[in-house]
Amino acid sequence: MSLIGAKVLRKEDPNLITGQGQYVDDLAPAGCAFMAMVRSTEPHARIVAVDTSAARSMDGVLAVWTSADIAGLPARPSSLPGMDMPLIAGDAARFVGDIVAVVVATDRYTAADAAEAVIVDYEPLPAVASLAQALAADAPMIHPVLQGNTVFFQDYTEDLSAEFAAAPRTASLSLVNNRCAPVPIEPNVVLADWGPAGLTVWAAFQAPHHLRNTIAAFFGISQDTTRVIAPDVGGGFGAKINFASEIFLAAALSRALSRPVKYTQTRSECMVAMFHGRAQEHKVDVAFDDSGKILALKVQVTQDQGAYPDATGMGLPVLTTAMSAGCYKIPKVAVSWRNVVTNTTPVAAYRGAGRPEASYMIERVIDLVADETGVDPIEVRKTNFIPADGFPYQTHSPLAVYDSGNFAGALDELLRHVDYPALKAEQAARLADPNAKLLGIGFSSWLEIAGFGPPGSLEAFGHLASWESAQVRVQPDGSAIIYTGASPHGQGTVTTFAQIAADQLGIDFERISVRHGDTAVIPQGIGTMGSRAVAVGGEGVKTASTRVFERAKKIAAHLLEATEDDIVVENEEFHVRGTPSKSVPWSQVAWKSFQPLELPAGMEPGSLDATVFQQVPNFSFPSGAYCCVVEIDRETGEVEIRNMYLVDDCGTVINPMLVEGQVHGGVAQGIAQALYEHMQYDESGVPRTATLMDYLVPAAPDLPGYVSGRTVTLNPSNTLGAKGVGESGSVGAPPAVINAVVDALSHLGVKHIDMPATPQKIWSILRGSK
Amino acid sequence: MSTIETHTTRVTVTVNGREVSEEVEPRTLLVHFLREQARLTGTHVGCDTSNCGACTVLIDDEAAKSCTVLAVQANGHKVTTVEGVGNGSGGFSPVQEGFRQEHGLQCGYCTPGMIMACTALLAENPRPNEHQIREALEGNLCRCTGYETIVRAVQWAATNGGAGEWA
Repeated sequence: MSLIGAKVLRKEDPNLITGQGQYVDDLAPAGCAFMAMVRSTEPHARIVAVDTSAARSMDGVLAVWTSADIAGLPARPSSLPGMDMPLIAGDAARFVGDIVAVVVATDRYTAADAAEAVIVDYEPLPAVASLAQALAADAPMIHPVLQGNTVFFQDYTEDLSAEFAAAPRTASLSLVNNRCAPVPIEPNVVLADWGPAGLTVWAAFQAPHHLRNTIAAFFGISQDTTRVIAPDVGGGFGAKINFASEIFLAAALSRALSRPVKYTQTRSECMVAMFHGRAQEHKVDVAFDDSGKILALKVQVTQDQGAYPDATGMGLPVLTTAMSAGCYKIPKVAVSWRNVVTNTTPVAAYRGAGRPEASYMIERVIDLVADETGVDPIEVRKTNFIPADGFPYQTHSPLAVYDSGNFAGALDELLRHVDYPALKAEQAARLADPNAKLLGIGFSSWLEIAGFGPPGSLEAFGHLASWESAQVRVQPDGSAIIYTGASPHGQGTVTTFAQIAADQLGIDFERISVRHGDTAVIPQGIGTMGSRAVAVGGEGVKTASTRVFERAKKIAAHLLEATEDDIVVENEEFHVRGTPSKSVPWSQVAWKSFQPLELPAGMEPGSLDATVFQQVPNFSFPSGAYCCVVEIDRETGEVEIRNMYLVDDCGTVINPMLVEGQVHGGVAQGIAQALYEHMQYDESGVPRTATLMDYLVPAAPDLPGYVSGRTVTLNPSNTLGAKGVGESGSVGAPPAVINAVVDALSHLGVKHIDMPATPQKIWSILRGSK
Repeated sequence: MSTIETHTTRVTVTVNGREVSEEVEPRTLLVHFLREQARLTGTHVGCDTSNCGACTVLIDDEAAKSCTVLAVQANGHKVTTVEGVGNGSGGFSPVQEGFRQEHGLQCGYCTPGMIMACTALLAENPRPNEHQIREALEGNLCRCTGYETIVRAVQWAATNGGAGEWA
């Protein structure tokens, strides 16, 4: 019986529910010292002096470093030349949170005391805290190498003035995609131990081999003596593929002090130091006809890069503009983008990374067209969908050739769960009753570019390659160990990959282990991001398992004196098809696979071991349709999500329980962006939401339950047919929520409301209407 | 030379039925006492403002955030952590099993605190409805699950043994 599609309980859980998980901060090697940071409290300032004398004189303090102490080291990897982010700021600090000095002490409390005792003399410089400030004429400049604050820009890819002039109707929309903090509950944590035999770094990280390659190059040391281990990792959401400066500082200090050095970010540090996500502004123009058919689309994306551009951050608007047409067949699309620096925390990957921004934009545009034409939003979507038989579909972007999907099918499936006419009737009735809460109904039909990716796709972000590694190694007793370069942090990869391998090998799921997250154990790897673990890494496990199984069949055929083609496996027994009595157990085949005398001619011992570097020819394109129903309190402006209907198409489902978990979590983060979360700065660049007291990460009472449905179109780029699902919810949810909020307020003439749709914003609208 | 004199004080806490007695600085937080002196690392730290609840333990059978309690305040008291709620022979408590059955965890970092908060809830209210569960977990943040499966985990536990027993 196939395990693909089976609800199998997780192999990960027994450790994690009993407190036996091993996160980096749980490790306590002998002699471990603790690192603490002195961070800039100024958004932009010249650093006049750093007085470390009081800190240095404290008992237990082992080192206090300023920029002078790292003079021989490069800047933070993934920086841009001329705009490098130094590991420790030297002449100037460029955002609140920039590292100004580093302290190491014998225990974490002393390290914190010593960091407090470092005195920094700042000379404040004019700062730019927003895109508007950064782009203003005569704006203060952050990096002298730039003329102004724009790092790179791409002008509109096409001139659509003729199309817009000829169109029956046009409309425009300005959108803010609010800056979010990733907030994994485990912040950045690193433990570095640089001994005579080499450097070992334990890090809360999503791509340990990527980090290993980078650390070795950074210090000019050999990769064979550089080991990175990502043990249990407490959530990542994209933020833990960024090269945090603290990782490199811990290694440098471990080398200098000849002892292990550990750093655990505090939450309040994490809020300003861990790179943020989103932070885009969009200017959109759309041309359409009276039926709601979209004729042309112009999109300009302005990406806030924060104080130091990051390679991943620089790629965000590229992804947004590649996906700007969503699931729609739009005859003409012109896109433009620019990357701009501000005196804020750098911006890089956060769950969806550039793609939630695109789906939010195009799904707001669809509802705007519906509002302008009076055509129902459902009809506008159906009018413009790429048809189910329209694949492969070359988008306006050379990056994106959609290969599969059924957008109308997903919307129809959604409408099986949603009683749309009844909701419309209820909405009208509530509108007529001044004491009733307002009702809003919002839809999103979304698609995303996922499953990174085809050759070249991750290389563009600085990775070694875009494949994923898988090794399948049968043990002499017939159990198997899978080694994967995917490095999970909650996804359940150990379980899903064992399911995939069990199916291919005919070995019991319970006798398959999955190892990950250790560069000394795993034969190379890329990592977990971009909804790629199953679509690329899982496919690799399948390929490697198939190779091993074919060899096992050869051995079984030899032992049974039968032909290989007649051999089948059932219940861990190989037998000749139709003759179950003529059989040999997997354990025997495995045992004998190591014994030269037992093997068929030409077969080497140890052959039940295969390593694959799995490539895929294209991205994957998960899609779906969501509906959000909100109630709005007319007195307080509070939004409550009454229903959230979710139809996902992630292709083949390996484990429905884990898929549901990924969708729920992504949707929760999407709702959070739409209603609650916003990393804010005051006009001078001081963060206003730098603790969990001020930044609203939703708790259980703040989020709804979900109704889930599914459609399946297979991924043609792998044999599993799986597309990935990690980012889907964060892509699909925000527009559904905001479309619902705008729908609830549309009788007041409201065309748009920026995220997060806080009670304050809505109350102001409601109050203004009275 | 340092001008700060380090004082220590002896703290004795019964952790999961076992007496742990250590000399610590008076400012030592209970969560650090548990993690670094008792070497029970199941209890996690996720914030510095008492918002996230990853550090939730039971003190004298009541839920408390151990990042907001000094170890000296727990002196002479009984503390139960996630390591202490199983059946003692490797089995899971009903709440732990509920989290496994209903996929109430992904990365697992918030999970020990969640399990302790849910255990305290079921000890006080053995048959909570969904609203009561969500309200009771207001002080525990999870970034992975979106909470619905955690609600189901509590409901599973409520019908399969409840809060369970501990030392």
